[in-house]
Amino acid sequence: MASLVGSRVERKEDKRFLTGKGRYTSDINIANQTYAIFIRSPHARAKIKKIDTSKALKSSGVVEILTGEHIAQDKIGGLIAGWAIRSEDGSEMKCPANPPLAKDSVNFVGDPVAVVFAETLDEARAAADLVKVDYKVLKAVSNLGEAMNSEAIHDGIDKNLCYDWLLGDRQKVKEAFEKADRIIKLDITNNRLIPNAMEPRACVIDYNTASEEITCYTTSQNPHLSRLIMSAFGGVAPENKLRVVAPDVGGGFGSKINLYNEEIVCSWASKKIERPIKWVAERTESFLTDTHGRDHITHAELAVTNDGKFLGFKNETIANLGAYARVFGTVTPTYLFGPCATGVYIMPAAYSNVKAVYTNTAPVDAYRGAGRPEATYTIERIVDKAAMELGMDPIEIRMKNFPTEFPFKQTLVHQIDSGDYVAGLNKAKEMADYDGFAARKKESESKGKLRGIGVTSYFEACGIAPSPVVMMLGCGVGLWESAEVRFNPTGQVTVYTGSHSHGQSHQTTFAQIAADELGVPIENIDVVHGDTDKGTFGMGTYGSRSLTVGGIAIVNACKKIVNKGKRIAAKMLEASPDEVDFKNGEFVVAKSNKKKTIGEVAFASYLPGVRDEVKSPLPEGDEPGLIESSFFDPANFSFPAGSHICEVEIDPETGHVKLDKYTAVDDFGTIVNPLIVEGQVHGGLAQGIGQALYENAQYDDSGQLITASYMDYTMPRADDLPDFNLGFTCTKATTNPLGVKGCGEAGTIAATPTVMNAVINALGGKEISLPATAEKVWKACKEMKKSNAKAA
Amino acid sequence: MKTFNYHSAKDVKEASKLASSNSAFLAGGMTTIPSMKLGLASYKDIIDIKRIKKLSGIKVSGKKVTIGATTKHSEVASSKDVKKAIPSLAALAEGIGDPQVRNRGTIGGSIANNDPAADYPSACIALNATIHTNNRSIVAEKFFTGMFETCLKSNEVIEAIEFSIPEKSSYQKLPNPASRYAIIGVYVAKHKTGINVGVTGAKSCVYNDKDLAGALTKNFSSSAIDNVKISSSGMNSDIHASSDYRANMVKAFAKKAVDAC
Ligand SMILES: Cc1cc2nc3c(=O)[nH]c(=O)nc-3n(C[C@H](O)[C@H](O)[C@H](O)COP(=O)(O)OP(=O)(O)OC[C@H]3O[C@@H](n4cnc5c(N)ncnc54)[C@H](O)[C@@H]3O)c2cc1C
Repeated sequence: MASLVGSRVERKEDKRFLTGKGRYTSDINIANQTYAIFIRSPHARAKIKKIDTSKALKSSGVVEILTGEHIAQDKIGGLIAGWAIRSEDGSEMKCPANPPLAKDSVNFVGDPVAVVFAETLDEARAAADLVKVDYKVLKAVSNLGEAMNSEAIHDGIDKNLCYDWLLGDRQKVKEAFEKADRIIKLDITNNRLIPNAMEPRACVIDYNTASEEITCYTTSQNPHLSRLIMSAFGGVAPENKLRVVAPDVGGGFGSKINLYNEEIVCSWASKKIERPIKWVAERTESFLTDTHGRDHITHAELAVTNDGKFLGFKNETIANLGAYARVFGTVTPTYLFGPCATGVYIMPAAYSNVKAVYTNTAPVDAYRGAGRPEATYTIERIVDKAAMELGMDPIEIRMKNFPTEFPFKQTLVHQIDSGDYVAGLNKAKEMADYDGFAARKKESESKGKLRGIGVTSYFEACGIAPSPVVMMLGCGVGLWESAEVRFNPTGQVTVYTGSHSHGQSHQTTFAQIAADELGVPIENIDVVHGDTDKGTFGMGTYGSRSLTVGGIAIVNACKKIVNKGKRIAAKMLEASPDEVDFKNGEFVVAKSNKKKTIGEVAFASYLPGVRDEVKSPLPEGDEPGLIESSFFDPANFSFPAGSHICEVEIDPETGHVKLDKYTAVDDFGTIVNPLIVEGQVHGGLAQGIGQALYENAQYDDSGQLITASYMDYTMPRADDLPDFNLGFTCTKATTNPLGVKGCGEAGTIAATPTVMNAVINALGGKEISLPATAEKVWKACKEMKKSNAKAA
Repeated sequence: MKTFNYHSAKDVKEASKLASSNSAFLAGGMTTIPSMKLGLASYKDIIDIKRIKKLSGIKVSGKKVTIGATTKHSEVASSKDVKKAIPSLAALAEGIGDPQVRNRGTIGGSIANNDPAADYPSACIALNATIHTNNRSIVAEKFFTGMFETCLKSNEVIEAIEFSIPEKSSYQKLPNPASRYAIIGVYVAKHKTGINVGVTGAKSCVYNDKDLAGALTKNFSSSAIDNVKISSSGMNSDIHASSDYRANMVKAFAKKAVDAC
């Protein structure tokens, strides 16, 4: 049987999704369900003086209206930050309480204060209009740059500062900077983004009054984690009385990692009102209340020698947490950001200092790439600036500072097991026809257009993560993953994974792996995920961890199956287990033609005896059945890397940026399914390009989100994008048996600096801020024209 | 969405009779329905006019192209007759929104709504359109009276829009990157009788830019526009484009339009 790992197996999911047979949370209806509408704060910052529900309660069809008072009475807990980060001075981070329904104060537009349950959605809406909330409006803190000098929005959190964190050695950096020929300085903002999953958040809750079990169907990237938080911190129900199901989920990009207010409130309320509840977010609610991403202000400095060697790097960043600290909110701008800020380079000294602050805006948390896009943007922009100031070619300066020996101890944290950055950049250079750029630029100029080329080399740390390491860094849980592989007596296989697929195609990729390990046709393998009642436990999907952690748990469980199978086959074939080899789905006794298929062995394992033609005595000490599980905790992060090159053409008359060519060369280690990996890269690139050219979440001074619909929030569209030119290099990860590194976030990480480097290159080095919108680019073109005229 | 009465009118007379100050005609519904869903508008009566056959269709005679009010954007975009007579008009329709919007939205709904960023109003101005309603005919320059305002009475139904076929014309649009409405759109048309430059998106209402038209009358070339000063006062300003940028883009897109004529 040919190996399936490495082949372009078509997605098992496609038929379901393309024919409308997907089953999403909002497709689920439960008899006698009520409909929930949340009443949300229209103010960014206010005290709640009074909530009057009397009129609304009398409105037609209303079942119940609950507020923060009820939450407090029932001692329902709030939302939490999953990572405890310490400040440079050793003090603990400061986090405000975040009750699921605000009781005393609201802290961003969209913060929920009450909820109406009614017989129909229209009745719930009509009643919600009648709930009167009296607010004392306070001055909002909506500007990140000014947050530390503004009034504290949470009691006891001075300067709105959650922590002031340091990674690295200030003294060493100081010494390195003293030796430098030149210091390159860069001030950048990393624009705020709204994840915009295609499926808005939703939950459907079914409380069984007899068994006292709550079933919560929800749009989650990690149902087990949601159950844990809802139970341990929310106090909604003990874990064994709480089933969380995340069925088909239409995209998450990090925004569905968090357990949200609505899931806690509806789960608790369903028990209270003894009725099922359905809540589906409207798109406006998604804009306002899904966790947002990025939003940093950074000052960076790079110390270099005149011939382009890097000596040291410093990174001073203010990161926006929004109104509250959520699950990955505090780690995204620290351990997911700081270590990667030195990029793919040998950097003798470095530090990252991050001040995370609260503002009256939606909570900010992990968004595809989480910290690593912000880090890569910082280093790749400053490296380009260094090349420009030194008059060096951007490829040459990168090559000069790449490590060439692996394992490579990266400056701040990571021990990178494998890679070949030189090969990646060389391949990208060739595929992008880098040397032909000058001619293309001339041609553009002859049409009155500007052309720029941009290069980025990146590495990222994903496949999160070794539990002992992350727990030492402040993580509240271990980040292993579980799998269970079950043979039916008739030979089909069910693989249960604790990873969750919301666009990642696990049904296909994981079946490919299991098919190779077990020698069973892929058609006979079903991958099951997303239900706390079906699998033991799972940590979910984010940080490109599904294959590198969840996939390896599957491999290991399969290996246990094969081991047990060997013992059973040996017994059946009257040989010793050491003599039995397993290959292509068959157990073969060495130097003989005696063999049993894995299907026969599975069958035998369920019929442990001898009767008529059935002769399958179980080996001594073995139990019946063929089911094995594995919990895999990786020994290290994994480190995908690559180089991207793009070209833009700018119309100086209008400022319009046309993305003309995009080449991505990535090293993801072993590629299980190139079709799926290319899809992941395409999607990631689109989002990274979105950040560079289009997307920008903006709040006004009073804390109103002014980009709260698609009329104003620009998503990248297919016709904005060129055909992507993708290439791969491969150095296998040495820390897992498949050699895989993860591919989910790479595109997003590399694309933003690649595009901006190209735009700024076209503008002759003139800095502009993210995103490069037409008006900004047009202004820069005008200034460039002026200064060119002066020079001439 | 608040409840309302739905009527399907069999003819224009019935539609007009049913109308009141608290009603809306339902053509493509691409503006009316989203605004009702978002709670921005509510009506007692919704009067569907899509079943009135007479309101839909495209006719081309020697000098005129007449388009029925409920003709969809996609029908105008793909009409061989329009492409031949006024290619720029078919191209404008092709550039409205997205396929879903073009397959439902209508020309009558678009001009009745008179969104300051809509495309068709600039065509009406540039192509000397006459708007025929159930009780009068109105020239385009009189029809559009302000932001989301026209001279239509509440019981007045647009039946058709009649465009003059120009010698040359082009519509050039800078789309809002998010919504794809016009940040600015400039429609240049050269008729035997004179030149019009219909500008949309720039101000609260579409207008004919007389300065640009004047310069082009003297010399129909993009260089003739170079010295025209376009003031940013009165121009819209939002997160996508400042008034200064808009003023400059009116000029840049007018040049593009002339070059494309
Ligand atoms: C996502 C999206 C993108 C869009 N992008 C663009 C764009 O790029 N450019 C652009 O120009 N437009 C755009 N539009 C608007 C679109 O062109 C609509 O079709 C148009 O605004 C309204 O036309 P309708 O037929 O849908 O009218 P409806 O929504 O049915 O009606 C709108 C109004 O017009 C009145 N009305 C309709 N027909 C008549 C009639 N015959 N007589 C009198 N009054 C009438 C109604 O009473 C109502 O008040 C977009 C819309 C959407 C939803």
